[in-house]
Amino acid sequence: MTVQERIDLFTEKATAVSAVVSEVKTPVEALDYVVDLCDKKEACQLLISGCGEPLSDKAEALCEAKREKVIAAPGLDKELFKQLETLCQEKGFKLIDSGMRDHLAGIDIGFTEAQHGIAATGTLVVESSSEELRLATMVSEVHVAMLPKSCILDDSYDAEEYLLGAMKKAPNYHAFITGPSRTADIERVLALGVHGPLELHILLLED
Amino acid sequence: MQSAKDLKQYREELHESLDNDFLRTVLDNFAVAYRAGRANAFKGMDVKGLINEVACAKDEAAKNLDALYTQFKENAEKAGVKVHLAKDADEANRIICDIARQNECKTVVKSKSMTAEETLLNHALEDQNLEVVETDLGEWIIQMRHEGPSHMVMPAIHLSRHQVKDLFTEVTGKQQDSDIDKLVKVARRELRQKYVDADMGISGANFAVAETGGIGLVTNEGNARLVTTLPRVHVALMGLDKLVPSLHDALRTLKVLPRNATGQAITSYVTWVTGSNECAPGPDGKKEIHFVLLDNGRSEMAKDPLFSQVNRCVRCGACANVCPVYRLVGGHKMGHIYIGAIGLILTYFFHGKDKAKNLVQNCINCEACKDICAGGIDLPRLIKEIHARIQDEDGHPLPSLLLGKVLKNRKLFHTLLRTAKWAQKPMKESDQFIRHLPMMFSEHDFKALPTIAETPFRDMWKHIKPEVKAPKHKVALFSGCVQDFVYPEQMKACVKVLGDNQVDMDFPMKQSCCGLPVQMMGELKASRDVAEQNLRAFQDGDYDYIITLCASCAAHLKHNYPKLVKGNPRLESMAMEFGRKVIDFSSFVSDVLGVEAEAFNKTGETATYHAPCHLCRGLDVHDAPRNLIKTAGLEYVECDEEEVCCGFGGTFSMKFPELSNELLNKKLNNVEATGASMLLTDCPGCIMQLRGGLKRRGSKVQVKHVAEALAANKK
Repeated sequence: MTVQERIDLFTEKATAVSAVVSEVKTPVEALDYVVDLCDKKEACQLLISGCGEPLSDKAEALCEAKREKVIAAPGLDKELFKQLETLCQEKGFKLIDSGMRDHLAGIDIGFTEAQHGIAATGTLVVESSSEELRLATMVSEVHVAMLPKSCILDDSYDAEEYLLGAMKKAPNYHAFITGPSRTADIERVLALGVHGPLELHILLLED
Repeated sequence: MQSAKDLKQYREELHESLDNDFLRTVLDNFAVAYRAGRANAFKGMDVKGLINEVACAKDEAAKNLDALYTQFKENAEKAGVKVHLAKDADEANRIICDIARQNECKTVVKSKSMTAEETLLNHALEDQNLEVVETDLGEWIIQMRHEGPSHMVMPAIHLSRHQVKDLFTEVTGKQQDSDIDKLVKVARRELRQKYVDADMGISGANFAVAETGGIGLVTNEGNARLVTTLPRVHVALMGLDKLVPSLHDALRTLKVLPRNATGQAITSYVTWVTGSNECAPGPDGKKEIHFVLLDNGRSEMAKDPLFSQVNRCVRCGACANVCPVYRLVGGHKMGHIYIGAIGLILTYFFHGKDKAKNLVQNCINCEACKDICAGGIDLPRLIKEIHARIQDEDGHPLPSLLLGKVLKNRKLFHTLLRTAKWAQKPMKESDQFIRHLPMMFSEHDFKALPTIAETPFRDMWKHIKPEVKAPKHKVALFSGCVQDFVYPEQMKACVKVLGDNQVDMDFPMKQSCCGLPVQMMGELKASRDVAEQNLRAFQDGDYDYIITLCASCAAHLKHNYPKLVKGNPRLESMAMEFGRKVIDFSSFVSDVLGVEAEAFNKTGETATYHAPCHLCRGLDVHDAPRNLIKTAGLEYVECDEEEVCCGFGGTFSMKFPELSNELLNKKLNNVEATGASMLLTDCPGCIMQLRGGLKRRGSKVQVKHVAEALAANKK
C-alpha cells in the first residue's frame, strides 16, 4: 500500500466505526481543534454523560464533583502543553497533565498521541503505560488522538515488532483503540459511550 | 443452568422458551443479522485459510501446555506479576479469595470472564463478604437478576429494554425510561462509582502470551480498561487454553475472534497488560497483579486424541449464533454455563455428566456450528461422542439399543421394514401418507408420515436395470434405507437419468442402512459394525463412483466411515478408497456428467430449493443442484435461509418433536413465501419432513428430489 492508500483505508475503517477523522498540518492546528471542540461541546452538552438521568444518590454525588470544563493532556510535548495551556486559559478551561484520579467522574476531553495506526481496521495503537495517560483516554467524554500519518501501518502484524519491543520492556500497558466505547448488550441495539469515551476524534498529522 | 433430571423434564423446560415470543423474535432477528454481519466482516479475506492457521497453532499450543505455562509464568514474574495454577474451580476461587484477604480488599469490580462464570467465582467471593460488581453491561444486568448468561458474548440477549428498565428502576430507586441510550448512560454513571470504590479488579483474558508473560483482553465497552487500571489489585482469571506461544498467535486469533463473534473487524478495545504497571494507590505506585490459570480438566483434554481440538475454542459464541436449536430455545436451555455447541461439550468436561446428559441429545447434527467455528472444531462429532460416552457409562436406553441391534443385522432390519408395510395397512391413505398416528405419537403429528412403499427399490432393481452399451462410467448406487423402502421412485428417477447418459450401474444387494441414525443415538459400536458391512458390500465392484441421492448418507459414508474404522488398517484403507468414490447425485450429474439444458423440456415451472445440511455443509456442495434446476427447464426462485436446517435431523425429530416442528415451520414459511410451485432438494429425510409438513398445511407445493425433476423433464 502507498502512504495515501494507507491513510484512505485507515480513514474509511475508522469512520465506519464512528470515529471522526480529520487532517491537521501542524501540532498547533491540533491544539486549536481540541480547544474549539471543547468550546462547542459546552453549547450542546452542559452535563456530563449520564448525569441528566435519574441516578441513585451515590452515583449522583459523583456527578456533583464535576463543575468546570476540563481537558487532560498527559504525555504531551512540554512546549505544546504550554501553548495549549495559554489557549485554555483564554477560554477558561482547566488543563491538566496529572491528578487524573481526582477527576474520575469524567473530563471533557482527553488529548493524547497515538504511536501507530492500523489501516486494515482503523485502529489506534496507544502506549498507555502512564496511568495518567491511560485514565485520560478512559474517563474523557471525547478522546482526541493525534496520529502522524507516517505511523499508519497496513495490518496488525506490521505492529508486532514494535509491540514486542515495548512488551519486553515490561511493565507495559498498550491499548488498541478502534472507535468510541460501545455496547449492544440491551436488545442488540448499538449504544456508544458505555464506560469509555462517547466520541473518538483522530487527527492525522502531516509529517 | 441445567437442573432437569431427565429428558422429559428437559423437554418441558424447552417449552418455556418456545412460548417466549420476545426471545423467539430476538433470536430470529439475530440469526439473520449475524450471518450478514459476519460475511461483511470477512469480505475479501481467506476465512478458511485463516481458521486453519488458528486451528494448527492452537493444536500446537495444546501439545505444549506445560512448557507454555512455565514460560508464561517466568516472564510474567520477571515483570512483577504473581502467577498461580489452579487445578480446579474450587482452588481458583480459593486462591482469589486469599489474594483479596491478604490485600485487605472489600469491594471488587469485574469485567466479563466466562472462566469466572465457570468457577462460580462471584458466589465464592460473596461468601467471604466481598462486594462484587460486574461492570460489563450485560453481565451487570444478569448479576442483579441472579441469572446466568444466555450467550457467551451477549449475556443478556434474552432480556427486553422494559425488563432492564424495571431492573434499573429498582436498583437506583428512581423511575427509569425504557430508552436504551438512557439506560446505558444510567449504567455508565452507576458503575463509574463502583470503579472508584473498588480495591480489586478481576478480569478474564483472551490471550496469555508466553513470550511476553502478558495478557490480552478483547472488549467493546472499555470496562476491562477501567477494571485493570483503577483498583490497586488486579486479578486475571483464565483457562490454560488461553496460552499461546507468541504475540503473533494472539494477533492472528484477533483477526478471527471479533469478526466471528459480532461481525466486527476488531472490538473497540484490545488491552495488552504486561507486568505490574503504574497504579497510584498501589504499593510503591505499582499495581499488585495476579494471573490465575485454571486447569479444571483442560490439560487432560489437551492430551485426548479426539478432544484436544476443544483447546482451539476462542469463546466467540458463533456456534450458538448459527445453531437452529439455540435460535429456538436460547442459551439458558442450550447450555449450563457455557452456551451453544461448544457449551454442550464443555459442560460435560467442566460440570459433569449429569448437567450434560440431556443437553448433548439436543444437537440436530446440521453442522452449521462446525462450518462457522473460528477454530474449525468438529463440534457435532464431539457432541455425539460425548453422548455415546455417557450412554456407555449410564447404560443405553432401550429404543437406541434396539435400533442398534436391528441395524447390525441387515436381514432382520429389512424383514422388519417389509413387515411394517403390512402393519401400516389400516392407517394408510391413498396418497402414500399414513392417515393418522396412534394417540401415543400425537406430538409427532405436526407432519404427515409416509407409508412404506409397496415394492422396495432392491426388489425392482433387476427389472429396471438398464442395459448400457459403451458405458462412460461404472458406478454403484447406494440407496440408503429411506429411498430403498419408502421413496424407491427417487432411485428410479436416478436410474433413468444415469441410464440415459451412458452410466453403467450396479446395486450391491448386501448394502444396508448407512448407520447415521444409530450414531445419532450414541450407538457407536453398532455404527461401526454397519459401516464395516457396507464397506464389504462395495469392495469388489471396481466402481468409478458410488452415488447416493441422500446427502446425509453421502456425508456419513464419505467423512465418518474412515473415522469409525480407525485402528483397523485394512478397513481404514477400504474406507478411504470408498469415501473417495462417494459422490452425491447432483454433483455427479452436474459436474461429472455435465448434462445440458438441450436434453430437457423447458416447462418454466417455478421451483425453489432446500439445501440439506449434509450437502451444503457436509459436502460443501452449493451450486450443482441449483444449476441442475435450471438445466431441467425449471425457473429457480431463491428462498430465504435456503441453507438452514429443515428440522428433520433423523432421530432428532423423534426425540424433540416440538423443536423439529418449529424448525419445519420456519422453513415452510420461507418456502411458501417464494410462491414457487415446486420445492426441490437432495435428501429423502428432508423430503419426508418437508412433504409431511406441507401436507399438514394443505399446501399445493410439490416436494421432489432433484433427480425426479430431471427425470420428469427429460426429452
